[in-house]
Amino acid sequence: MPKDSGIGASSKRREDLRFLTGNGKYTDDVNVAGQSHAVFVRSDLAHGRIESIDVTEAEAAPGVLKVFTAKDFEGVGGVPCGWCVTDKHGEPMQEPKHPVLAEGKVRHVGDPYAVVVAETLDQARNAAELIDADITELPAVVNMKDALKDGATKVHDDLTSNLCYDWGFVEENKGAVDEAIRNAHHVTTLELVNNRLIANPMEPRVAVGEYDPWKDEHTLWTTSQNPHVIRLLMGAFVLGIPEHKLRVIAPDVGGGFGTKIFHYAEEAFCTFAAKALKRPVKWTCTRSEAFMSDAHGRDHVSKIELAMDESGKFLALRTDTYANMGAYLSTFAPSVPTWLHGTLMAGNYITPLIYVNVKAVFTNTVPVDAYRGAGRPEATYQLERVVDKAAREMGIDPVELRRRNFINKDQFPYDTPVAVTYDTGDYHATMDKLLEISDRDGFAARKAESAARGKLRGYGVAHYIEACGIAPSNLVGQLGARAGLYESATVRVNATGSISVMTGSHSHGQGHETSFAQVVADMLGIPEEQIDIIHGDTARTPMGMGTYGSRSIAVGGSAMVRATEKIIAKAKKIASHLMEASESDVEFANGQFTVAGTDKSVAWGDVCLAAYVPHNYPLEDIEPGLEETSFYDPANFTYPSGGYCCEVEVDPDTGKVDVVAFSAADDFGNVINPMIVEGQVHGGVAQGIGQAVLENCVYDENGQLLTGSYMDYAMPRAYDVPMFTVDHSCQTPCTHNPLGVKGCGEAGAIGSPPAIVNAVLDALNDFGIDHIDMPLSPQRVWAAMQDAKSGA
Amino acid sequence: MSNKMHIKMNVNGKDEEFLAEPRELLIYTLRERLNITGPHIGCDTSHCGACTVTIDGKSVKACTMFVAQASGSSVTTIEGIGTPDSLHPLQEAFKEHHGLQCGYCTPGMITRATKLLEENPNPTEEDIRFGMAGNICRCTGYQNIVKSIQAAAVEMSSAKEAAE
Repeated sequence: MPKDSGIGASSKRREDLRFLTGNGKYTDDVNVAGQSHAVFVRSDLAHGRIESIDVTEAEAAPGVLKVFTAKDFEGVGGVPCGWCVTDKHGEPMQEPKHPVLAEGKVRHVGDPYAVVVAETLDQARNAAELIDADITELPAVVNMKDALKDGATKVHDDLTSNLCYDWGFVEENKGAVDEAIRNAHHVTTLELVNNRLIANPMEPRVAVGEYDPWKDEHTLWTTSQNPHVIRLLMGAFVLGIPEHKLRVIAPDVGGGFGTKIFHYAEEAFCTFAAKALKRPVKWTCTRSEAFMSDAHGRDHVSKIELAMDESGKFLALRTDTYANMGAYLSTFAPSVPTWLHGTLMAGNYITPLIYVNVKAVFTNTVPVDAYRGAGRPEATYQLERVVDKAAREMGIDPVELRRRNFINKDQFPYDTPVAVTYDTGDYHATMDKLLEISDRDGFAARKAESAARGKLRGYGVAHYIEACGIAPSNLVGQLGARAGLYESATVRVNATGSISVMTGSHSHGQGHETSFAQVVADMLGIPEEQIDIIHGDTARTPMGMGTYGSRSIAVGGSAMVRATEKIIAKAKKIASHLMEASESDVEFANGQFTVAGTDKSVAWGDVCLAAYVPHNYPLEDIEPGLEETSFYDPANFTYPSGGYCCEVEVDPDTGKVDVVAFSAADDFGNVINPMIVEGQVHGGVAQGIGQAVLENCVYDENGQLLTGSYMDYAMPRAYDVPMFTVDHSCQTPCTHNPLGVKGCGEAGAIGSPPAIVNAVLDALNDFGIDHIDMPLSPQRVWAAMQDAKSGA
Repeated sequence: MSNKMHIKMNVNGKDEEFLAEPRELLIYTLRERLNITGPHIGCDTSHCGACTVTIDGKSVKACTMFVAQASGSSVTTIEGIGTPDSLHPLQEAFKEHHGLQCGYCTPGMITRATKLLEENPNPTEEDIRFGMAGNICRCTGYQNIVKSIQAAAVEMSSAKEAAE
């Protein structure tokens, strides 16, 4: 029977009331007395040499306080990169400077080279038109393989080439992998593109900087998934402001999906300018600006080779990927194609030998970084596409081929050949569940029904694994991370028994205010309503690393559990004193402290009051007060997994793909709030459908962004997606965190694209088409059918 | 700029009167001039619907209408649809069916859905998906938005029958 509160209950979200009534407080709703407005002037060229920028006329325009250019930032640090990847020769990656405002050259469309700050937004916009910038256009490098050719134009003149790094993983295995592929019974080869995407949270980025000269204190309100990370990066590396003089607040944030992890130049600018002008400075990104300044996602070009024996058993896997970094290194960009991608190439399968090569390339495009899934969708897409192709080539049913190679449940913990250890999983169980909820047995009848209407119906599956709960600090430190990846929680019990929990995790749609309270309420046996979750403000929460990589419940939630355990331990001591009993005899359940074998009891509220009004209190043994903090550093990643199935109908006359059914059978381990978890899967799958069928970020050969608005970039709308069938009843709890949770935020976006593409190719089976690159637009599908018909 | 226009409009039942530049967009009037921050700005091409309001009974995207065009009109935003103490059935249904995550598109979604249910009190799933096509949500995958609107339609129909 479903629970009605605590862990496992679909508690309704407490944050909803303010959002439903228009009372959410997002960063653009923040207005500070005396604020001025910033407008960024951005390059409309992909690559150019800045000869001069004349701001005289703009500075004289009505209301203008100042026009800033790179010369105002002399002595200020660049926007830092938080991860250093070491290449296959043991050398560090090439790391260019990323100035707050472009110095000497502009390197992508959207690269800012000046900022107008004025009394009003309209005045700033008017003045921005008056800036006279003389910029000489230079040849642009857009295509990654061209960028690596000898003599290619360099994005950064001070680097030796456009190659950021050439990474081999595991380099020592390369010879064995090559040999296994050379000698295998069958090798399936596939070349594919993981299309470039733009995250597009519905709330564009905003930054408001304020400076108090009397206290020498800076405040930045920003649309961030991790305010402490922004404080650390901006304070320490860009502006040189110590943490105790810098407060970063991320209030209600309207979606992130990765793109609000990173520290952006606009945040540093508003903080810097507020001090320079002694005025608060606000910047609100327009959507058009977002398209050319938010970090993009994906953009990998890969070749995959899978070697098998006669029975279809996997022997070796070799992949070769070009990963676009864009013009500068965004905060976590180098880690995405490497440690978040190569380590997942084993998937759910026993493949004894794996080698992954990744060449990260600078181009004259917007920086590319983590987007929902970050590296793991790219790995899953390669693997689940090549497995489907292999099944076709080997004449083995695609589900059967997967099953033959699955890691069995009795093989966990399982050490992959790509450096990670899966703790738990049961892939046959999720596959069984998937076939059940997607009604595979009924597919033939549905296909016939579609055919009667002139439509081609296809059924495609994919099975994914991801590494979440990022991450063990000692491990990521060895891999190049320049920060720890623990999480923090402070549980503050107030005198009358209510509780404030301060977490370093950040909620921007995930419903932490509800689900985190469920965890603490469950542990203490008190109503959820007595617990408040506080997040998003460096002045109110302990140093924490924020929300990304499906880490909040696994790492942030675990920190909360540890802090609450300390609370319970101390409360028991107080209770034992109040009841004049031995501490070891005190039991705690349902908000009551009791002494075993007696009728003695004391309520939660009485213990809390005693802690703060210690008239009758064991002061000789323990301090007054009831507040505990924990920093939790995970022992391993968590490994959610699952099977996804898509059914499509393809119109043979137009090539239009309709996703008509989608099923997801996930193993997230234990689940705190099923309603919220299902919502996360729905949203992830919709983004996966977007990637597979609709969305594509396109540059022309000159580096012009052709998809710079919602007129050109196709966001999924309500009519583009079906009702999803989702199930999370297969649960193999994580063995190394106290909640047994694995995380659910990214799964939908990871597992769905290959299922969709596999379904379309199944629908087109009679055409003998091996592959079509995403997005599967009508034009691409139609062209593939025509080529197949004409034997091209 | 001296060519300001004299604007009179009713917003959520309250008469407003002010001078505004002809280029002032209605969304800025609401958000910056009147401090009505429920409607949000999600794009600049009228494609996302985060700014959806109701003007004289029709759904309108406030980001692409000059306030001068709305002069003399009656404007309803999410703030005029329900209050925390007295939620509209759509607001209740969105909470019950988890029809929102980050909440940024929600005011526009609900404002649009009030009109959808006036236009079509008993919509099919397809009617809802097409009727809400002007509003983008990046979080929910739309499933629970559709369910919320379906549930509110049932609730509102039965309440109407009970009243008749």
